[in-house]
Amino acid sequence: MKRYNPLALWLCVLFSMLSFAHYALGQEQMTFRSELNKTRYQSLLAELRCPKCQNQSLADSNAGISVDLREQVHFMIEQGKTDQEIVDYMVARYGAFVLYRPQHSSATFLLWYGPFILLAIGFLVFTTVVMSNRKRRGRSLS
Amino acid sequence: MRRFVFFLPLVCFLILGGVFYSQLGKDNQYVPSALVGKKVPNFTLISLENDQMVTQKDLPHGPYLMNFWGTWCPACHIEHPFLVELALKGVPIIGIDYKDQKHLAEQWLIEKGNPYQQVLMDEMGLFGLDMGVTGAPETFVINSSGVIVHRHQGVVNEQNWPELKGYLK
Repeated sequence: MKRYNPLALWLCVLFSMLSFAHYALGQEQMTFRSELNKTRYQSLLAELRCPKCQNQSLADSNAGISVDLREQVHFMIEQGKTDQEIVDYMVARYGAFVLYRPQHSSATFLLWYGPFILLAIGFLVFTTVVMSNRKRRGRSLS
Repeated sequence: MRRFVFFLPLVCFLILGGVFYSQLGKDNQYVPSALVGKKVPNFTLISLENDQMVTQKDLPHGPYLMNFWGTWCPACHIEHPFLVELALKGVPIIGIDYKDQKHLAEQWLIEKGNPYQQVLMDEMGLFGLDMGVTGAPETFVINSSGVIVHRHQGVVNEQNWPELKGYLK
């Protein structure tokens, strides 16, 4: 029979507790009118970045401003505001910085489509090199 | 053509190197304010001094500073003497007592002096949200046409004052 190292087991338990604690830290108890509102709340918090912290979502952050913004998101959801209205509200105050998913605009054009442009250029270069090699080989054979 | 392709990696390296070098030493905590270029959003706040309702109509007409502070904020203690100095030089400052309690704020101003033309109470921090404030102290420079031209996060002091002063017109 395989023996388990008790220390490793304890460490596993400890780390799993820590990771749960991490999720529980940044969240207050909130009541929602419907299960849908709760789901919307959770997904919005994951999409919005805390404006004070460099890389934490509103869901993860314990900063004072995140607590306020979570309350605001909760309030707006319960008021019947759409997700888009809530996102627009945040962007109007904190800028595009708060969006983890950047908007499609002229400023973010390269961000969204740059990789595809590079891919297309790479493909063009690849085909021209292959074509010219093939042509040269054809010439040397004849 | 062949020769150009041969030097392509070097060219890429130089371009990237230039881009990275130009970004070195920049403040990576800096986040531009979404409010710059806009007017101060509509508000109705209670004045600390006389419990009167104050709206944006009551704001100064010339250029002024709008300073968010609170007695709970350690950096505001450091900033306060410099604000008093500025007020003595005649710089108009509107104070927004951000997420604070009235009696604590009154005590603070009595003890440390009052550099503000007006102090408005934002107890819930809702006006702070409208201004895109992320904490205190935070200072906005508003020009003579009522447009926010600059936002400074953190303490205003001797070192960064010239930059703010440049916007104050």
